Amino acid sequence: MTTIDQEKPARAADDAEGTESSESAESSEEIRTKAADDLFDKDDLPSPPGATGRLLRSLLHAGRGRVALGVVLLLLQQVAVQAGPLLVAYAIDRGVPAFREENYGPLIAVAVGYLICSAAAGGLQYAFLMVSARLNQDVLLDLRGRIFRHAQALSVDFHERYTSGRLISRSTTDVESLRELLSEGLQELIGVVLSFVSISAMLLWLDLGLGGVAVASFVPLYLLIRMYRRRVGVVFGARSTAVAAVIVKFAETLNGIRPVRAFRREKANDEAFAALNRRHELTNGDSLLEMARYVVCSRLVANTAVAGIVLWGAYRVASDTLALGVLAAAVLYLRRLYDPIDRLGMFLNSYQSAAASLEKVAGLLAQTPTVPEPASPQALPANDSEHPGRKVEFDGVRFAYRTGGEVLPRFDLSLAAGETVAVVGSTGAGKSTLAKLLARFYDPTEGRVLLDGTDLRSLAVPELRRGVVMVTQEAFLFSGTVAENIAIGRPEATREDIERAAKAIGAHDFITSLPDGYDTDVRKRGGRISAGQRQLVAFARALLADPAVLILDEATSSLDIPGERAVQHAMHTVLKGRTAVVIAHRLSTVEVADRVLVMERGRVVEDGTPAELIGGEGRFADLHRAWRDSLV
Amino acid sequence: MSDTRTAPESETESDPGPATESPESPEAPQRSSLRGLLRLWPYVRPVRIRWGSAAVVAIVASCLSLVFPLVLKWIVDGPVADRDPGGVWLGAAALLVLGIVEAALFGFRRWLVARPLAGVEAQLRADLYRHVQRLPVAFHDKWASGQVLSRGTTDLMLIRMFLAFPLTFLIVNGTTILAGFAILLAQDWSLGLVLLVPVVPLMILLSVFEAKYALVARKAQDQVGDLTTVVEESVLGIRIIKGFGRHKAQSQAFRELSQELRGTELLKARLLAGIWAMITFIPEAAIGAALVLGTIQVADGGLSAGTLVAFLSTALALRWPVESIGFLLAMTQEAATATERFFEVMDAEEEAEDAPASSTPSVRDGLRFEGVEFRYPDAEPDSVPLLQHIDLHIRPGETLALVGATGSGKTTLTALVPRLHEATGGRITLDGRDITAMPRAELRELVSVAFEEPTLFSASVGENVLMGAGKEAGDAELRRALSVAQADFVHRLPEGADTQVGEQGLSLSGGQRQRLALARAVVGEPQFLVLDDPLSALDVHTEALVEAALRRVLEDTTALVVAHRPSTVLLADRVALLSGGRITAVGTHQELLRDSAEYAWLMSGERTHEGADA
Repeated sequence: MTTIDQEKPARAADDAEGTESSESAESSEEIRTKAADDLFDKDDLPSPPGATGRLLRSLLHAGRGRVALGVVLLLLQQVAVQAGPLLVAYAIDRGVPAFREENYGPLIAVAVGYLICSAAAGGLQYAFLMVSARLNQDVLLDLRGRIFRHAQALSVDFHERYTSGRLISRSTTDVESLRELLSEGLQELIGVVLSFVSISAMLLWLDLGLGGVAVASFVPLYLLIRMYRRRVGVVFGARSTAVAAVIVKFAETLNGIRPVRAFRREKANDEAFAALNRRHELTNGDSLLEMARYVVCSRLVANTAVAGIVLWGAYRVASDTLALGVLAAAVLYLRRLYDPIDRLGMFLNSYQSAAASLEKVAGLLAQTPTVPEPASPQALPANDSEHPGRKVEFDGVRFAYRTGGEVLPRFDLSLAAGETVAVVGSTGAGKSTLAKLLARFYDPTEGRVLLDGTDLRSLAVPELRRGVVMVTQEAFLFSGTVAENIAIGRPEATREDIERAAKAIGAHDFITSLPDGYDTDVRKRGGRISAGQRQLVAFARALLADPAVLILDEATSSLDIPGERAVQHAMHTVLKGRTAVVIAHRLSTVEVADRVLVMERGRVVEDGTPAELIGGEGRFADLHRAWRDSLV
Repeated sequence: MSDTRTAPESETESDPGPATESPESPEAPQRSSLRGLLRLWPYVRPVRIRWGSAAVVAIVASCLSLVFPLVLKWIVDGPVADRDPGGVWLGAAALLVLGIVEAALFGFRRWLVARPLAGVEAQLRADLYRHVQRLPVAFHDKWASGQVLSRGTTDLMLIRMFLAFPLTFLIVNGTTILAGFAILLAQDWSLGLVLLVPVVPLMILLSVFEAKYALVARKAQDQVGDLTTVVEESVLGIRIIKGFGRHKAQSQAFRELSQELRGTELLKARLLAGIWAMITFIPEAAIGAALVLGTIQVADGGLSAGTLVAFLSTALALRWPVESIGFLLAMTQEAATATERFFEVMDAEEEAEDAPASSTPSVRDGLRFEGVEFRYPDAEPDSVPLLQHIDLHIRPGETLALVGATGSGKTTLTALVPRLHEATGGRITLDGRDITAMPRAELRELVSVAFEEPTLFSASVGENVLMGAGKEAGDAELRRALSVAQADFVHRLPEGADTQVGEQGLSLSGGQRQRLALARAVVGEPQFLVLDDPLSALDVHTEALVEAALRRVLEDTTALVVAHRPSTVLLADRVALLSGGRITAVGTHQELLRDSAEYAWLMSGERTHEGADA
């Protein structure tokens, strides 16, 4: 975990954005992190040794009572099932002679005994299945929850590398393979062990010699199992890599269907996919063949043992050292003794598959959030000014990748409460990093970011989000209605609040023109809500959240000019008095600012009011001229 | 016996798109599941000989296990009773040979089907992939990618499992049970009849179970689908969740859904446990009855002890085949659902076949829209079309900017040119040729597009850009395209143009992606270019450089450019204003500023501000 975790932030998207200035630094950064990236690419996050087993044990810990109960139920069930041949032996050896002497007692005992045993076998089977189903479902609930909560706690930069496809695969396919192990595999294992033990015991009790030979046959079986596990483990590893590659290619094609079509990629994709698919097919076949090999070998051992035992037993019956009934019973048990070896193969199969999955889950869970929640959260001081805005301070802040590539050299910066600050500069100058430090998507390498004097790191999440909200360029809509999407800003908001926010930002008109207005399901019409409209919804969400500090990171890039004006208007009215940090390419947004910061190579190189900077000779004046020239 | 019994249903059924897509009615699961499974035949056909052989082998192996008790009976009644050592040796040798044959057959069966079934799964997946690539874009707009994806993974795996295990073993176990009963009846018909009695109630129970299980299994799949959606969105929307501190709420929603799923799964377990218990109890009780009756017969001398042992041994050997029927049917049910889900996608119609290349001579006429009308396929049939009667002519070599308010249909209009959506009325011509009369491949070779949301694929930068050109394009073209798009940053990437990007590679910023998408659009030197707001994520400085370079490219390209800003509009020779689904004005930027209030409103906001600012 350690190495990977340290190097990971280097891949964060916005900081790899360097074009002009910080690029050379980033290039070497990229090279250094390449080894670490490979682990992401191979979908192979390391987990501490033993973490997989620990994970399984901790999942089962809460249900250990149920595990014990399940074992007992299955044990009793096996007793009930295995009693059958014993009753047969009793019926032949005792029942027949007794019946001939008109003593019906033993036969009635056999009848009653068999009835009880079969009823118990059925009833206990039901009880066991229910207990184990409850256990399984609770474990799966726990595991799904752990994956989800942990993923939610991990920082943004992690998700940029891990991709949604992998997380989906973790919480569906991998959970599914544990489900299989628990619901079928565990039953198999308990069943197999119990029937091995009980039948061996029964055989030993019937006759020490025969039983001894049967038990001795477990040695080669054990060796076979070990060999199978080793071999199939390798194959499963290869298979899961292969299937991940198939899924990623599939998902990428689905998500990029427009360019796929427009650039006629279908045939090339078919070929690329065929190669990946073929690799998966081969490993898939390999795993099936491994199973075939195991089945043949184990069957051979078992059947040889049966023949040997029968031979020896028959000799002993012939020499009168063994009762015929005992041999008959032993022979019946023998076939049953080896019945579970195929099921053992199934168990091993699901065990190996679940182990591979759990290892991946453990790797995910071993990732530590780079932005942890505070252990003892503090509250923000009461805001007694007439403005909702709060003061922001960067106190000796420096931000670097853990591998050493520096994005923001040490700096101090103070933003007054209620001030609107525009940050400009070329891509890669560190604007987004600055914004993300303030939104606490990252924590600074050194120094503190303070909100009204309180370190962001000591604020609990709800408190932090009352303080700071960030609106970014990609405006994602969750499935649900438009109104629900806006309400993410403030879940308790009423429909009036939502509409007021939408009106303030100029989104009301387009929303009401949708088929069901505010109740339109965005997923069903997701393709129809344009990029600009999505950005308006994102703004309405931020308005509704009503934060003390609002960060807009390229949040207007897809808006048309009227849309942009509505946003600017809102900033004058609704957002007035809030502290705002605005990152924008378009200098029109800058005009509403009280103060402009020009950044270059991670440093603030100019700082002043728009008027001052435009009037000066600096970079902003150049930029502004270029921008004005672009307007006609 | 089984291979892995993996993953009964995993994902997403919650919202498979149009409700009409799933024709199976849940009221008749038995018949519909059979019908659904039959549709797999074309895929199974190529491997039918190996699959059939494997089934035969399995039946033989299974019957062989019924011969074991007969040999045992022979040993006990014959050599052992007669104290004949030679006979015992013979018996043991027979057992050993049978054992070896059985083991070999078991392995042979698996070997026969291992590769072919992996092949069937791969073929299904390849077909699905091929098919979805060719489905209309409108289909993808409606279906969440996770929905399609789950069909390509878990569902196909379930189908392979079904072919490998339940299908074979329903046949094998059915045959084994029949053969077993024949042997039982041959050995002692009265005892055999005793064992036959429970068959009727078991059949009734199984059919009831099957019907109930189908409904619950489907419900569980729906709920897993909902869960998957929450997971997917929790990652795609992670910035919003973090930015608004909503991860508790998100976890809460996730927990509720998982709880619901747990409830359904327990219901499923209860059904399975119930049927399993009955399948255990009823046959076992019948065997007990046979034992008692058999013992009486032995005591009466009507039956030899050896025959009774063999009879009971045979009956016990049948226990597993009988018990297995319950979960075999459950797995079959799940495979049937998976098949149904698979064909829901496969039944969606691909883009209509290309018209045969018409011989309409190509004249230099540029791009022409004639009375084009468009309404989304799922819109109400009598609703007002999104685009109505669009008439527009872009002359050869001319660049036309398309301007309109947010949501006015600009992007939709551009999508009609490469036929990502099909116009519902009117026609579009390229150099005089109707685009619907041209093979799509040719059309898309003529028209190059840069989308509003620049998508990069998992490949090198070079490959991503060169996608836009024919196979002959090489380094020179790549360099030229990168320089037009001002994407010089590429040369400073760790491995230059060979650097891997896309979901599995280096993350690039929005501006960088946009420039690569632009490079991709221009690398093939297309005759027609469609650019959808191609410069939105660029800073002013870079934008100016790109515009200068782009202007040279546009000089002799017929281009349609969606524009939000005056700077982009100035790339164009003329501007068209899209408003209320119609083109309301066409002219130069200056003319429209003067004549169209709406255009002035869309463009001049900044002008006012600029004046105030200066």
